[in-house]
Amino acid sequence: MKRIVSKNIILHYPKEHTEKPIISNLIKRYDLTVNISRARIGQDEEGTMVIEISGKRENLDAGLNYLKDIGLSFKPVSLVVQRLDERCTHCSACTVICPSGALIVEDRRSMEVKFIQDKCIACGLCIPTCPYKAMEMRD
Amino acid sequence: MAKSIQEINERIRQQKAVVLTAEEIIPYIEKHGQRKTASDVDVVTTGTFSPMCSSGAFLNFGHSTPRMKIQKAWLNGVEAYGGLAACDVYIGATQIPEDDPANKIYPGSFDYGGGHVIEDLIAGKDVLLRARSYGTDCYPRKELETYVRLEELNQAFLLNPRNAYQNYNVAVNLSGRVIYTYLGVLQPNLGNANFSSAGQLSPLFNDPLYRTIGIGTRIFLGGGIGYVVWEGTQHNPSVERNSRSIPTEGAGTLCVLGDMKHMSTRYVRGVSMLGYGASLALGIGIPIPLLDEEMVGFVGVREEDILAPVIDYSSAYPERRSEIITHVSYQNLRSGSVEILGKKVPASSLSSYPMAREIAQTLKSWILKGAFLITEKVASIPGADSGQTFRPLQMRTERGDLR
Repeated sequence: MKRIVSKNIILHYPKEHTEKPIISNLIKRYDLTVNISRARIGQDEEGTMVIEISGKRENLDAGLNYLKDIGLSFKPVSLVVQRLDERCTHCSACTVICPSGALIVEDRRSMEVKFIQDKCIACGLCIPTCPYKAMEMRD
Repeated sequence: MAKSIQEINERIRQQKAVVLTAEEIIPYIEKHGQRKTASDVDVVTTGTFSPMCSSGAFLNFGHSTPRMKIQKAWLNGVEAYGGLAACDVYIGATQIPEDDPANKIYPGSFDYGGGHVIEDLIAGKDVLLRARSYGTDCYPRKELETYVRLEELNQAFLLNPRNAYQNYNVAVNLSGRVIYTYLGVLQPNLGNANFSSAGQLSPLFNDPLYRTIGIGTRIFLGGGIGYVVWEGTQHNPSVERNSRSIPTEGAGTLCVLGDMKHMSTRYVRGVSMLGYGASLALGIGIPIPLLDEEMVGFVGVREEDILAPVIDYSSAYPERRSEIITHVSYQNLRSGSVEILGKKVPASSLSSYPMAREIAQTLKSWILKGAFLITEKVASIPGADSGQTFRPLQMRTERGDLR
């Protein structure tokens, strides 16, 4: 019996793909199990999804090739976003860009920006948005 | 009873002055009333930290051997203006390297520019100086390449033509695509609203008619000491104001100067605005002497008293149409969401309120230690009744025909 392998990836959906049944195709056509851990996708908007895909190696490879062929980019989830605290000025420019609520001003008196790593989906949108280069992607 | 600046300074020298920040004074006035506050409190400190374009620095390198009259100069690849003398240059915060792809790959990332050169100098780093000239009998050298450091420069001072804007636009995007502006990334269809002011902590909201802040005022600038040297460019004091004399749009500005050798990179930072360009973020703090009850009235300003205009940066702003969608208060902006055209819109700031608070606290500590005296302004900047306005540029021919 062939071994089941699994992979955690971050999928980036361009807005022209948000209406397509991509996850359903992965399951039906390639016999894969897809476990969605986080997602933020709206109609006509770019979106990001963190998924764990598992199945037979050749099915998994074929499924990932399908994603590539239709123009979806994805990254392994081992990449994490980190904040360089000495660069952050707590301006809050990132908070309206972060899709998962990982960068947030919780205390409206202190106005400090919190980075909640557990909520981060490593989409990387905050990295170019931060004027002070306080956010970075690390392996 | 009115106090003089001399009396306040005498108390500062004796370390007996009572100093509160522009945030701390609000509950104090509510508790004790205006009259008692005017007699109890000597100084209120303000602060702001934000990207401030119209910033830059004059640098003097000293003369090389043989001498050179620098015509063109680059610092870490960023051009500094050399048309001043032999070895003086002015490095502007928004200049980018000539080989920067800018927005050719849209949106450009603008990783390094004049603001970053200024930050690197203040950090004490070696900065590559390249220069070119045509050569003269008294200045024969035509090319130069060397490294310079802040400590080696004869003079290095920030001279920022326009900082500390009194009120500013709230930027939104009514179009259907993402836009990249100097007020940050704006999501389509009113996706977010970005603002940039320290509100109740901001210097010119606490002295809205420029009664104590003027030419010669000593200030906190970038972690060191600086001075207000002139009205800022685009100073526009004659705009509409509310009953507290607070302008309801961009109004007063200050031109400030300070020695870079005493500054800190905590308060002077290079800035990269996605799709827009490079700039400099800077901390400014200004002390306001509580001379009398009128000044207490001014420094008691709260976020709910200050309204900012909401402007569409996808069309009205670039096309220079003076269309204000609505006004929103800094209280609402600071809450994280504002209502615009019936929609609840998330709000975020380019200006750092925690840094503004830290600057006001730092300036307060300097005054309490007796290390920072208050200045009497040497001359006033144009006031609300000056009639001075901020004119647009008319495109015309030499004969005066409009283009």
